[in-house]
Amino acid sequence: MSDGPFDGRLKETPSQTAGPYVHIGTAPQSIGRPALPNQPGPVAFEGTGAVTVEGIVYDGAGEPVRDAMIEFWGADPDGRVGRNGLFGRTTSDFRTGVYRFRTARPGPLKAGTAPYIAILIFARGINLHLATRLYFPENRAQIDADPDLRRVSPSGRASLTAVKASDGEADYRFDIHLQGENETVFFDV
Amino acid sequence: MTVHPFYRRERNQHPPALTPNYKSSVLRAPFRPLVSPEQAELDWTGPAFGHDMLGPLDNDLIRNASAGGEALGERIIVHGRVLDENARPVPNALIEVWQANAGGRYAHSNDTYLAPLDPNFSGCGRTISGADGTYVFRTIKPGPYPWPNNGSDWRPAHIHLSIFGEAFAQRLITQLYFEGDPLIPLCPIVNTIPDPAIVERLVARLDFKNQMPFDCLAYRFDIVLRGRRQTYFENREEGA
Repeated sequence: MSDGPFDGRLKETPSQTAGPYVHIGTAPQSIGRPALPNQPGPVAFEGTGAVTVEGIVYDGAGEPVRDAMIEFWGADPDGRVGRNGLFGRTTSDFRTGVYRFRTARPGPLKAGTAPYIAILIFARGINLHLATRLYFPENRAQIDADPDLRRVSPSGRASLTAVKASDGEADYRFDIHLQGENETVFFDV
Repeated sequence: MTVHPFYRRERNQHPPALTPNYKSSVLRAPFRPLVSPEQAELDWTGPAFGHDMLGPLDNDLIRNASAGGEALGERIIVHGRVLDENARPVPNALIEVWQANAGGRYAHSNDTYLAPLDPNFSGCGRTISGADGTYVFRTIKPGPYPWPNNGSDWRPAHIHLSIFGEAFAQRLITQLYFEGDPLIPLCPIVNTIPDPAIVERLVARLDFKNQMPFDCLAYRFDIVLRGRRQTYFENREEGA
């Protein structure tokens, strides 16, 4: 392979919406078909340090998005990514819009930053996937000091912080608002 | 820690979030500007997929959902290379595909189009690029179909592609169209991309020479993922 100048001479393939039938290729078990071998699913981690997150993606009219596919990627409990990183994907329930996944609470990443889980949202009507982050309410002080969130308003930071769940099976609630007054902060990573 | 930054995503190469002729985007497009954090380890690493995860028929949609026969339709192979913006091959890229059958019907509980299902076709497959970035899958050419947008709009024949490169920053989902399809310029989803020259990069080209004689036509489709600003060799971490 040549080691020539890095000139970025090709352009990235443009995105198109994942559409309403994203489940066929990415989450067949959600439409009653068998998952493919080793296909990422809603459980990325079990054991000490595992947490269950649930929530709803809302559109600009306040309606649940019932056809979203959500991916999550985070560090393991020791803060390791790369080969030790934890990846999975889940889908909104067709009836309620609730999504749910289980992974590790990520260990600390870089000093001076708050640990987070990277979240991508794909759905009909979303032309290029949206990227957000799930931070944990126990890390409030680190969140407020995190350089990545310096330009994010307090309400924006709140939109990125999961809420400790008080009932049900989940440990945390993380609702995502695509548009409007309570709009979630999205990132250009 | 050594940094492996990616070029910033050139958002003018992608559709904007709000595209009113594609009505579903209107309530699903964020209004506020995106926040640009510094790239970090979670961005420049990603989940790894190996060839050993694939079943033998994962990349053969003609046979991988067989109920005793083969899928109906125009038999094609789709092949090409996964490259980055620096024209370097991206090996081990997972490509997941989904599509309608030859009549334009998806095997999905939410699709109510009147065209019949094909009992030998699920429209789900996947493949992984080789060391030189090449990939291939075999399928049938999907049919166009109507959908409720501006009255009855029609989707051109298309295959959905979900691609994982070596890093989460390269994540991409897109759609492949077919050379010569007169529905391409009429489609509100295609036209979320304002520049027709950019749309051309989503059009697979007939690759007549690479047909499988008396079996399948071939289409060629190269995929470009984001590239890194510096060489792997200068910055590669030990063991990374």
